[in-house]
Amino acid sequence: MTRGLQTALARLQGGWQSVVVLVPYFWLLLFFLVPFFIVLKISLAERIIASPPFSPLFQWAEDGALTMRLLFDNFVWLWEDELYVETYLNSLRISIVSTILCLLIGYPIAYGISRARPTARTILLLMVILPFWTSFLLRVYAWIGLLADQGTINNLLIFLGVIDSPIRLLYSEFAVYVGIVYTYVPFMILPLYANMEKLDLSLHEAAADLGARPLTTFFTVTLPMTLPGIIAGSLLVFIPATGEFVIPDLLGGGNVLMIGNVLYGEFNANHDWPVAAAVAVALLVVLVVPMMIYQRVQARESGI
Amino acid sequence: MSQVNDAAAGHYGDRPWLAPGAVPFIHIQGVSKRFGDFVAVDNVDLEIYKGELFALLGGSGCGKTTLLRMLAGFEEPSSGNIFIDGADMRSVPPYERPVNMMFQSYALFPHMRVEQNVAYGLKRDGVPPAEVRRRVEEMLAMVELSDFARRKPHQLSGGQRQRVALARALVKRPKVLLLDEPLAALDKRLREQTQFELMNIQDKLGVTFIVVTHDQEEAMTLSTRIAVMDAGRFVQIGTPTEIYEYPQTRFTASFIGTINMFEGTVVRDGGGLALDCADLPMRLALPEHFDGGEGQQITLAVRPEKIRMSKTQDAGGGAVVSLPGKVRDLAYMGNLSIYRVEVGKAVVQITAPNQRRLDQREITWDDEVHVGWDTASALALTE
Amino acid sequence: MRKQRSTFLFSALCFGMAFLYVPIFLMIFYSFNYSKLVPVWGGFSTRWYGVLFQSEEVWDALALSLQIAVVNATFATLIGTMAALALVRFGNFRGRMLFSGMITAPLVMPEVITGLSLLLLFITLEGIIGWPSERGFTTITIAHITFSMAFVAVIIQGRLAGMGQELEEAAQDLGAKPFRVLFDVTLPRLAPGMLAGWLLSFTLSLDDLIIASFVSGPGATTLPILIYSRVRLGLRPDINALATIMVLAVAIGVIVAGWLLFRQQKQRTREMQMAGK
Repeated sequence: MTRGLQTALARLQGGWQSVVVLVPYFWLLLFFLVPFFIVLKISLAERIIASPPFSPLFQWAEDGALTMRLLFDNFVWLWEDELYVETYLNSLRISIVSTILCLLIGYPIAYGISRARPTARTILLLMVILPFWTSFLLRVYAWIGLLADQGTINNLLIFLGVIDSPIRLLYSEFAVYVGIVYTYVPFMILPLYANMEKLDLSLHEAAADLGARPLTTFFTVTLPMTLPGIIAGSLLVFIPATGEFVIPDLLGGGNVLMIGNVLYGEFNANHDWPVAAAVAVALLVVLVVPMMIYQRVQARESGI
Repeated sequence: MSQVNDAAAGHYGDRPWLAPGAVPFIHIQGVSKRFGDFVAVDNVDLEIYKGELFALLGGSGCGKTTLLRMLAGFEEPSSGNIFIDGADMRSVPPYERPVNMMFQSYALFPHMRVEQNVAYGLKRDGVPPAEVRRRVEEMLAMVELSDFARRKPHQLSGGQRQRVALARALVKRPKVLLLDEPLAALDKRLREQTQFELMNIQDKLGVTFIVVTHDQEEAMTLSTRIAVMDAGRFVQIGTPTEIYEYPQTRFTASFIGTINMFEGTVVRDGGGLALDCADLPMRLALPEHFDGGEGQQITLAVRPEKIRMSKTQDAGGGAVVSLPGKVRDLAYMGNLSIYRVEVGKAVVQITAPNQRRLDQREITWDDEVHVGWDTASALALTE
Repeated sequence: MRKQRSTFLFSALCFGMAFLYVPIFLMIFYSFNYSKLVPVWGGFSTRWYGVLFQSEEVWDALALSLQIAVVNATFATLIGTMAALALVRFGNFRGRMLFSGMITAPLVMPEVITGLSLLLLFITLEGIIGWPSERGFTTITIAHITFSMAFVAVIIQGRLAGMGQELEEAAQDLGAKPFRVLFDVTLPRLAPGMLAGWLLSFTLSLDDLIIASFVSGPGATTLPILIYSRVRLGLRPDINALATIMVLAVAIGVIVAGWLLFRQQKQRTREMQMAGK
């Protein structure tokens, strides 16, 4: 009797560990992995006017066997429609340019923070993180006020006499760039800072001691040493920027189309779920390589 | 000018500062360095001669590293001047100074191979590629790392990294090589071996070495001269023998090696002067070099190995000082033993070579003994 | 030369901080504008705060968002901590590769994809088992937990990897069984990380627009969905007022947290100094 209780308890001792593993595991399987297969499945289905508006993938054929109908029509359609191809290339171009802009702006800031005195460093870092905790949507909204025809920038320029009538800033590609850089530059600064903070200052001194001028030191030592930070930061900007939806919608005002907008539009306005799913799959295909690189860089960084 | 210098150096071997008309190669003139309120280096003067292996010795925070960094050009002196080979180094950036440094952390570029690390400085000077290759190979051969040229720093052992750092600094043929704790990261056995390698290389190349170290043993074995530093100032500058045998202050005496110190007042005793030490049962005779007077507070210092010990009244031939005591502690160190003998209220430390095996030893725990030393072996320290 | 570089870095920092903060300050500034046209100054006024507070829609949305955020943060912290423990402490189990991949993927997954895929899951589930019969609080919370737990897991993983296992081993050596060790040693040491994870999950949930707008139903409007539907049509002074309140709340939170942390650290140094003497 007591022995039975003891073994039961002992089994429970091992049991809690499986609970710790299994709860998050099944959560992710159910709410992360399975949904992807559903997306994949629907992207291969046919649109029908029904609820849900797609044809079932598995069907009982007349001879009673279970058959699966795979339709690549949606992907073919995407490929043949110029709008989609153009939107894809447009998204990639916008996110690549934004990533480069973020790097150019973020690098000196991250470097400046890592070289500041410890107290100043904490405050500056906090100032970079702080916008993270305020609403993303509202930070994008803030730029509408700046860029609008009667916005702060136009008012200021007219007041200074630089221009006579407002120039078009909002609802343009420029505004989308500003919005992406503004909201994503902390994603660039933080990994760069984390990398630069670990930089051994004596390496710079060693380079100077061996005759390298500051600019040479930067290109031969600092830049190669911060490469992991550059890669991590660039991917952290590039990946979400490619799938961005809010910024082109609010600041591009329908003039700038990105994949995210097309996906949202197909799904909510056109109710073409199979095409929306196909867009999602295609977006994922574009991003899967950068995502894997990012994971590898992260693993290596935390591994050493 | 330099010809005269070289000739003089040749004649005087490793004691170039004694040569008549010798001109210092490095001249540090009234140099101070302040960080806010903190004075790291306090108005120091120093002359170092060509071919020296000069050690800056002191505890952490004594200013030795700051002084070295000022020589390398990483810090500007708050006041004072530094001359290297006659040239004023004020506002000369590190990358234009004729000195190279071996960093304590070695500061090897982790993204470059060994050969790239060593070639880095030569490339900055615009040395033609063929010569870069030749000199790198030559240097790597000298530090016995030719087989490791294509490795990255993280694939090397600590001792190998140290040699890469040395090669990288030396390949530029600097006028002065600065070494910041060059052996601190190595284990004891490797440290001893590397010490001799460093000395050989220095001898071969004739480059002036300035070594910063906190390890007095390292300073003693390596260097031609030592400057002992404390609180940003030089306490004493001299050869290892001078520093060990004739320390001028209590600080130097206790920093270098172990030493027994007896504090007391100088009193008249019979014909001459003696030290009255409250902790000891009898007065101590003073060495002849003492030129102070009655009533002075001084410290008498005796090295443990200079003290003899015996079970009989006389602690051995000609000892002028002889005190009764009892062995309280005994530590066996293999080649020698350390005895701690209670004399009055004081404890005297004595080291003696183990000439016999442990079980045959004459003196052991709780033995009543007499300890004594030649008065000439003791030092009277007033500072 | 050294001067030049630090001047450059200093101006880069000034420019960067101005870039980050000027838009936010302008947004706050115009919330006190009497005029309905946001960028045209019509005198100081707090009338838009009045308009905001009288809007029942806003209160409802805020209440829903806060409820989701709290439930999400709590569950995400719990499950995320479990995931981190599983990955760092339980070594190799079957499917570990898949698990660690799934844990980090949501961090970089574009929100449109996560949102779409979860919605399609919910619809499929509804078709098969009849749950969830309506989309709203539950579906949004589940979606938020799924990506928030990934952030928590990363934070906790970092902490676990950094803290070593000596204390756990000491506890075991003194006779504590693994379960006791978890509660007596591991979890207390993880508490600061779990708090950070909770706060991050809370904010992420409060901030999310895209995923929520995919998986919410007609009756459930979260605060971001409400804001979005309003700002799509252009500038609105009451949104400026709302933004001001949110920024202030966050700023106060951060300052209080910073002050507490600073005080705790100071106390600690003092205690250590005392102990040292």
